[in-house]
Amino acid sequence: MTPARQFAAEFATSRIALAGLALLSLLLLAAALAPWISPQNPYDLAGLELLDSRLPPGARSVAGAIHWLGTDDQGRDMLSAILYGLRTSVAVGVASTMLGLAIGVSLGLAAAWLGGWLDALLMRLADLQLSFPSILIALVLLAVLGQGLDKIIVALVAVQWAYYARTARAAALVERRKEYIDAAVALALSNTRIIFRHLLPNCLPPLLVLATVQVAAAITLEATLSFLGLGLPITQPSLGLLISNGFNYLLSGHYWISVFPGIALLLAVVSINLVADRLRDVLDPHERR
Amino acid sequence: MLSHIVRRVLQSFGVLAVMSLLVFAGVYAVGNPMDILVNPQSDQIEIARATAALGLDRPLLEQYFIFIKHAATGDLGRSFAFNVPAIGLILERMPATLELATAAMLIAVLLGIPLGLWAGLKPRSGAGKTIMASSILGFSLPTFWVGLMLILVFSVWLGWLPTSGRGPTVNLFGIPVSFLSLEGLRHLVLPAANLALFNLSLVIRLTRSGTREAIGQDYVRFARAKGLTETRIVGVHVLRNVLVPVVTVVGVEFGSVIAFAVVTESIFAWPGMGKLLIDSINVLDRPVIVGYLCIVVALFVAINLFVDLLYSWLDPRVRLGEAA
Repeated sequence: MTPARQFAAEFATSRIALAGLALLSLLLLAAALAPWISPQNPYDLAGLELLDSRLPPGARSVAGAIHWLGTDDQGRDMLSAILYGLRTSVAVGVASTMLGLAIGVSLGLAAAWLGGWLDALLMRLADLQLSFPSILIALVLLAVLGQGLDKIIVALVAVQWAYYARTARAAALVERRKEYIDAAVALALSNTRIIFRHLLPNCLPPLLVLATVQVAAAITLEATLSFLGLGLPITQPSLGLLISNGFNYLLSGHYWISVFPGIALLLAVVSINLVADRLRDVLDPHERR
Repeated sequence: MLSHIVRRVLQSFGVLAVMSLLVFAGVYAVGNPMDILVNPQSDQIEIARATAALGLDRPLLEQYFIFIKHAATGDLGRSFAFNVPAIGLILERMPATLELATAAMLIAVLLGIPLGLWAGLKPRSGAGKTIMASSILGFSLPTFWVGLMLILVFSVWLGWLPTSGRGPTVNLFGIPVSFLSLEGLRHLVLPAANLALFNLSLVIRLTRSGTREAIGQDYVRFARAKGLTETRIVGVHVLRNVLVPVVTVVGVEFGSVIAFAVVTESIFAWPGMGKLLIDSINVLDRPVIVGYLCIVVALFVAINLFVDLLYSWLDPRVRLGEAA
């Protein structure tokens, strides 16, 4: 059996992980296809009818369309808003994780390979940062940088890099003592080639698990910051902003405006965590039970 | 032990200095508070006068040294928005946050340890499995959304509890607290439960794994062989083994709870320092932002120090290892 098939077979022995993977795939597909499968374009103001505002789930609009998840205060179809919001949330979570992974892994590998003052400096910095909760660091950065898509990604990357740097460094320190690295060094391959072609692939499994968990964490953190009004601007509403908007109507009993985006967020986070848990069981021999 | 304490205290001051510099440089280097603070109709002369009055025309490094000099005497500058000392503004709101955080931790520990013991002693029972499944959910659920759901269910639908605010406070040694009156308690329950959720899950998991580890150990089997009652075995022998990691985590997490209170306080309009921080960020009230961060960093450092010392007192192995 090829390693990939063996991996897939092992992953599939857990039913709950498969269910998580199925749900995650569905959500990702819905997010990717949002502009084509949404009943309406929620941000085309011409398409909104104020008479349709705050309709309960399942109600018919003036024009006769059914709003399965109700409408918000501006008469926007909630299902469409959620699909677009999910798209934004997932994109921000994945993009910031990728960027954080690239930066963190490069720094971690450099620290492990070069050692010395660079290693000491980077790890002290990571220690200092990890001793504070990520939300606090993100709040400070956003207080400094202001609002915007690019700024929230910067904040999420800054929060994440230290985890990847530490994990990459720890894995690389173990791997670099092994014989295949000695062999590569003896062959006089360049440092870059050894690090990226030999060291990095063997450090990947724990990083992959961590990155999956971090996507969920990044999506949650972004939603929290947007909920506090410090994340994405109103023109690019993520799930967090939708929930925040619905909060204003929650007290008057219009629950659907914030409950349904919240459920979408919850499903995304839980499905990612289920997949990550199984990945850890399969990929990380230390955690194997 | 003494040298250990001294070293840890010195380390703590180092962290404090580095963080204050980073925070100050970050918060002061970007954005111009004048745009927000001065009436848009005011002319150049008025803006210049206000800038000078706030000390914002000096070089950044000079501003930092002035800030540090004043901070050492407990003066963190005047709030731009309220024109009162920032430290007073923050300290005034601190009891509310500390009360909320303490209540949340109490819920996490007082519920988490019994539930974790149960799940650890009877891992195959339905209750044990339910407890563990709920604790996984507790990790995954976004805290702020759970807060909204608590308001929706208990305040809007059932009408049992108030939606927001702190309710009437009673003075205890001059500090206003909510937990001494019934109405205050009713206001405290939902935000505290919301804030407790994550740590409740954490305590359950820690207690469960600690219990599972302990019941396999020789000393517990010996206690059983001696014919001790189950209550005594669990209450004394198992619990003691469980307490060390729980105390450590609870201590370290107390700082995080204060940081996360920012979210809970915003949802429940709880008048603590977290809500003050969000309001200050929105109007770029720098002295309050910097002051809040300095106080929270100082709290973190103090908590870590305290936990470290408590840990060595609780676990003789750490204490003896120090002496050797």
